[in-house]
Amino acid sequence: MDPLLNYAIFFVTIAGIYAVWSLALNVQWGLTGLFNIGIVAFVAVGGYTSVLLTVEPSATFGGGLGLPLAVGFIGAMVTSAILALLVGLITLNLRADYLAIATIGIAEIVRLFLKNEEWLTNGVRGIGGVPRAFADLGPEGLALANMVLVLLCVLIVFLLIERARRAPWGRVLRAIRENELTVLASGKTVKYFRLQAFVLGAAIMGLGGALYAHFVGFISPEAFEPLQTTFLVWVMLIAGGSGNTKGAVLGAFIIWAIWSGSQIVTGWLPPELATQAGALRMGLIGLLLVLVLLFRNEGLLSEEDQRRADIAREARNDGR
Amino acid sequence: MIKVEHLVKRFGGLTAVDDCTLSVPAGSITAVIGPNGAGKTTLFSMIAGFLKPNGGRILMDGDDITGLSPPTLFHKGLVRTFQIPHELSRMTVLENLMLVPPAQVGEHVWLAWLQPGRVRAQEKEIRERAEEVLQFLDLYRLRYELAGRLSGGQKKLLELGRTMMIEPRVVLLDEPAAGVNRTLLGKLTEAIQRLNEEQGYTFVVIEHDMDMIAELCSPVIVMAQGRVLAEGSMAEIRRNRDVLEAYLGVVED
Ligand SMILES: Nc1ncnc2c1ncn2[C@@H]1O[C@H](COP(=O)(O)OP(=O)(O)OP(=O)(O)O)[C@@H](O)[C@H]1O
Ligand SMILES: [Mg+2]
Repeated sequence: MDPLLNYAIFFVTIAGIYAVWSLALNVQWGLTGLFNIGIVAFVAVGGYTSVLLTVEPSATFGGGLGLPLAVGFIGAMVTSAILALLVGLITLNLRADYLAIATIGIAEIVRLFLKNEEWLTNGVRGIGGVPRAFADLGPEGLALANMVLVLLCVLIVFLLIERARRAPWGRVLRAIRENELTVLASGKTVKYFRLQAFVLGAAIMGLGGALYAHFVGFISPEAFEPLQTTFLVWVMLIAGGSGNTKGAVLGAFIIWAIWSGSQIVTGWLPPELATQAGALRMGLIGLLLVLVLLFRNEGLLSEEDQRRADIAREARNDGR
Repeated sequence: MIKVEHLVKRFGGLTAVDDCTLSVPAGSITAVIGPNGAGKTTLFSMIAGFLKPNGGRILMDGDDITGLSPPTLFHKGLVRTFQIPHELSRMTVLENLMLVPPAQVGEHVWLAWLQPGRVRAQEKEIRERAEEVLQFLDLYRLRYELAGRLSGGQKKLLELGRTMMIEPRVVLLDEPAAGVNRTLLGKLTEAIQRLNEEQGYTFVVIEHDMDMIAELCSPVIVMAQGRVLAEGSMAEIRRNRDVLEAYLGVVED
């Protein structure tokens, strides 16, 4: 196949996985205002869960149940959701900033766990031979089919979030962000809705983690790095438009394009600078974030535009 | 209906509500009046579960409800309005009201996904109710406006509208008349009276508008410095020496 086309398929697949994460963060931050800066924890837990459920049994690490991929994906969502439930039950009662601290903490705990609990995770050596979806289609068919699978996941997650956002559920979340007291005076248990949004977002992050692990075919603690996961996903959501579901997807694709494009640029650097390439690229993304915040702090597609469209649609359907 | 016994609330060194004991008869429209800073709003906030008292207890129909959360009390039929309107400013007027009804199918995210038809049907009902309330409050034509763009008086009305979205048992109104024009005020007074007579709702009204209180409320409870100063019919209150000094001095000479 044309190498360019090959690359395009690879690009869309990874960007799509980031879109899943960005959509997940949109549920937590965009819709509910929950400040999760430990995205990587829920991603890694999802990825590892699915891998351990689906790989062939091994003598060196736990799991290895050889179950079908679909079971792995569901397991990934369930485990990440449970982790979020625990974190949420402890912290969502507290002031908002505690959640941020707790999520950083949980990310570090998860990283240390994956590194040190070799009996389960095979430690820093990671786990290879992760079954890939559509493995019998050959390398090219497999790449294409995986891309379709990822895009399908993006579409399903997108539609589910949109439907929930427009339903009374989303209305309560919006109200909570505006004035908690009003929502309490309207008889809604605020922390229960917060917890739901946090857990739902985490489950989707877990799903993305599983998609990633099975696409790459290998998993290790190094694969999930806070900068490349948490930070990049945050930039994607903010650039795309926090609170705007389409924006979350758009941001993922654009920032991934810039991120992977920057790799090509840093490839031209003289060798003495090449070791700094990673830091340089991060700096570039950071600069981009600052520019977005300065000149378009609502993101490319703003939540307000989306709301205006919603209200206009409501008004149009009036008297039907 | 509601009994408050030896209730205390301190903010740092300041005792806002100080050993306050009073009762609201079932089916009444009870007024709570008193000078600024008397502790009226603080009392409401404790009854509705927004503030935890430092002492004393609150009973509703004989059950101790002290320290229950606002949503729990809401589901027991106790609703309040805020003195300073707490509108959801970036949501439409309609959405502000549609938020309120309890037991909405679409508040469960899985039902929102799996039974959109059921959600839509219920939304239609809720919307019709909200539109009725807005018609009544003269806010109907503003239903798609963001609530933050309403005038001060209109926000006040929207605040009241929230309590009209459900069938409560006790409604705590914190200065419903402040900033509302005369014609509409007459309509509000009428509505409160009607809901009280026909639906049997109990009202507790904090108000500085003496005409409205005289027309609407009995009994009248006067608070000053966190305590109950006097209690009785408006006529009795007007004759009370202490009250004249503390509060009504300017009304009668
Ligand atoms: N959250 C708070 N923190 C500190 N002090 C408070 C707080 N809320 C009220 N207070 C104080 O408690 C006292 C009683 O206030 P409250 O709002 O209950 O008065 P009020 O009777 O409703 O007065 P008004 O008629 O002006 O509304 C005031 O002195 C006020 O400064
Ligand atoms: Mg007050």
